[in-house]
Amino acid sequence: MSTAVPVDMSHLAPPLVALVGNPNCGKTALFNLLTGSRQKVANYAGVTVERKEGVLRTRSGRRLAVLDLPGTYSLVPHSPDEQVTCDVLSGRLQGERRPDMIIAVVDATHLPRQLRLVLGLIRMGLPVVVALNMTDLARARGFEVDAAKLSRELGVPVVSTVAVKARGAEALLAELEQGVAKDVALRIPAQAVAAAAGDPREDHRRVREILTALGLDALQAHTFTMRADQLLLNPVLGPVVLVALLFLIFQAVFAWAEAPMGWIEAATGAVGDLVGGLLPEGLLRSLLVDGIVAGLGGVLVFLPQIVILFFFILLLEESGYLPRAAFLLDRLMGGVGLSGRSFIPLLSSFACAIPGIMATRTIQNPRDRWVTIMIAPLMTCSARLPVYALLIGAFIPAREVAGGLELQGLVLFALYIAGIVSAIAIAWLVKHFGARDRTQTLMMELPDYHWPSMRNIAIGLWQRVMIFLRRVGGIILALTVLLWFLATFPAPPEGAAGPAIEYSFAGMLGSFMLPLFEPLGFNWQIAISLVPGMAAREVAVSALGTVYALSATGDDTAEALAPLIAASWGLPTALSLLAWFVFAPQCLSTLATVRRETGGWRAPLLMAGYLFGLAWLASFATFRIASSCCS
Amino acid sequence: MIVSAVSSIADAPEWATRLRELGFIEGEPVAVLRRGQPGGEPLAVRVGVSTFALRKAEAACVRVRPAAEGR
Repeated sequence: MSTAVPVDMSHLAPPLVALVGNPNCGKTALFNLLTGSRQKVANYAGVTVERKEGVLRTRSGRRLAVLDLPGTYSLVPHSPDEQVTCDVLSGRLQGERRPDMIIAVVDATHLPRQLRLVLGLIRMGLPVVVALNMTDLARARGFEVDAAKLSRELGVPVVSTVAVKARGAEALLAELEQGVAKDVALRIPAQAVAAAAGDPREDHRRVREILTALGLDALQAHTFTMRADQLLLNPVLGPVVLVALLFLIFQAVFAWAEAPMGWIEAATGAVGDLVGGLLPEGLLRSLLVDGIVAGLGGVLVFLPQIVILFFFILLLEESGYLPRAAFLLDRLMGGVGLSGRSFIPLLSSFACAIPGIMATRTIQNPRDRWVTIMIAPLMTCSARLPVYALLIGAFIPAREVAGGLELQGLVLFALYIAGIVSAIAIAWLVKHFGARDRTQTLMMELPDYHWPSMRNIAIGLWQRVMIFLRRVGGIILALTVLLWFLATFPAPPEGAAGPAIEYSFAGMLGSFMLPLFEPLGFNWQIAISLVPGMAAREVAVSALGTVYALSATGDDTAEALAPLIAASWGLPTALSLLAWFVFAPQCLSTLATVRRETGGWRAPLLMAGYLFGLAWLASFATFRIASSCCS
Repeated sequence: MIVSAVSSIADAPEWATRLRELGFIEGEPVAVLRRGQPGGEPLAVRVGVSTFALRKAEAACVRVRPAAEGR
């Protein structure tokens, strides 16, 4: 073991190539083209910036690791994203090695600003290859960029690419093959980065010279984008189009998802029956059927909604519309201290807070993102619907009130509004009493519109789905098993009269928590059902069913349970429980997502704390007011 | 209109640098395309061939002069 032979490690870690470019330059599309589906998506250590790495093989069979660095406008970082890019390029980011080479991705239709960044990148001292992207769009707009001439002017290789097509990737691979061989410094001092960043005015002069040499000094703006914005950013018609789009998306999320959700439910039931039929009555069967299959099925059922929602979000993002939506809503959201970018994540949260919180990655301002994450669970997600349906069906009479409105529907609407109003209130409170943020920066690019590439949407969708499924397979599975364990052990003593769950840990926890919930009008059955209901809100319905010693599961439970609870609870208790579900953070998956997205326990703990506090106060007030009105 | 000067506000000294990086550089042609509502904010501003959404305070850091005066 002690034979100290120097080991050549270089074959273990393939050379690292970093893709760098402005936002919206087609960098990620090029990354997708180069690495296909061989990508790993994670976060950089300690920050919530998405890290995408992939592997490609050159023609000679050499493996290269490719890192898709966050888009940046310059080497002077103004956001956490840009900080990561600068730190990686200078070898100053903990846990990241400095790339061996840079591919500077340049959008040929927006040369001036992009070439300024290239000049800075060249000064960083790493080998640079320029990928002249979107040359097809440039040609369609009537100008040609001479790659050979540009290469001579810049002094680095320039390769024409069209990121959505395979053309150009071959030539780029050939350049990579030659470029990575050189030795570079592992780390450069901060001053060197600042020096490389340079003065935009001087780079601007140099870029003008280059463009003049290329005969490109009179570039035209994209005519279609200009015309489309006449309509889409119109103060009157713009919002109309936006609302129509959102309405369509909402309809799709609920209408299109209905059938596949039914299939997943049916499949869950079938798998449960199958496993249940194969195994003898006993603990293993209970764990598999009641615990794992039912628990995971209850979460997986939201997958169709997540897929549809993300499909539309990616479509809007790819086409260039999303920043326009943010533009239109900026003032409205600004009233409560948020920016237009918070709108889409909050909208997503009506389907499920998890994709909503995942979508906050499009918000660059860390404070805005944090507040948006915090209020996302207040949007009424679809998991609350089963609970609302049960309670409204059991306690609210189905009659018409003034104006032909249905009372039950009105109560449901009021519950949605209660969530929205409290989200607005929280955001407003944070704005006025939270840590004073410096003047907020918008400075958001409104990129040219272009046709979304289905390939990029498919890859983006695939990554979102995998993140969701990994969570289902990981933390949600673990919690499901834990809750099953709590609700099953210890077994009731011989000859016990009550339902088994009463004697279990969950039951003990329920009766332990009862003093906390009694002021809200909750009985011990409700308190117990809130324990398994932690995994997901709708589980509370089946848990109540279990507690009320019903053997049925799922939908049957809700139907049989309704008359039972209608007979045993008062109206104030039911209203109080409804108020509880508007606020209570009864979704460990959401809290787990918040932890993952914020990179620590602070945000999820704070969220759980404030939501429980709000839920308790709201329930208490509801119960007291309703009690005094009913008596 | 043409950009004549780019400055920062005391609260955000990095704005001038950032605006220049985005392309708001002395001598570049600019035009306000649209204003958001209500309150005329944010502004959609075209500079060169790119368009950016700027808040009023940000746009106020970019001084302009008529293009006719020449460079």
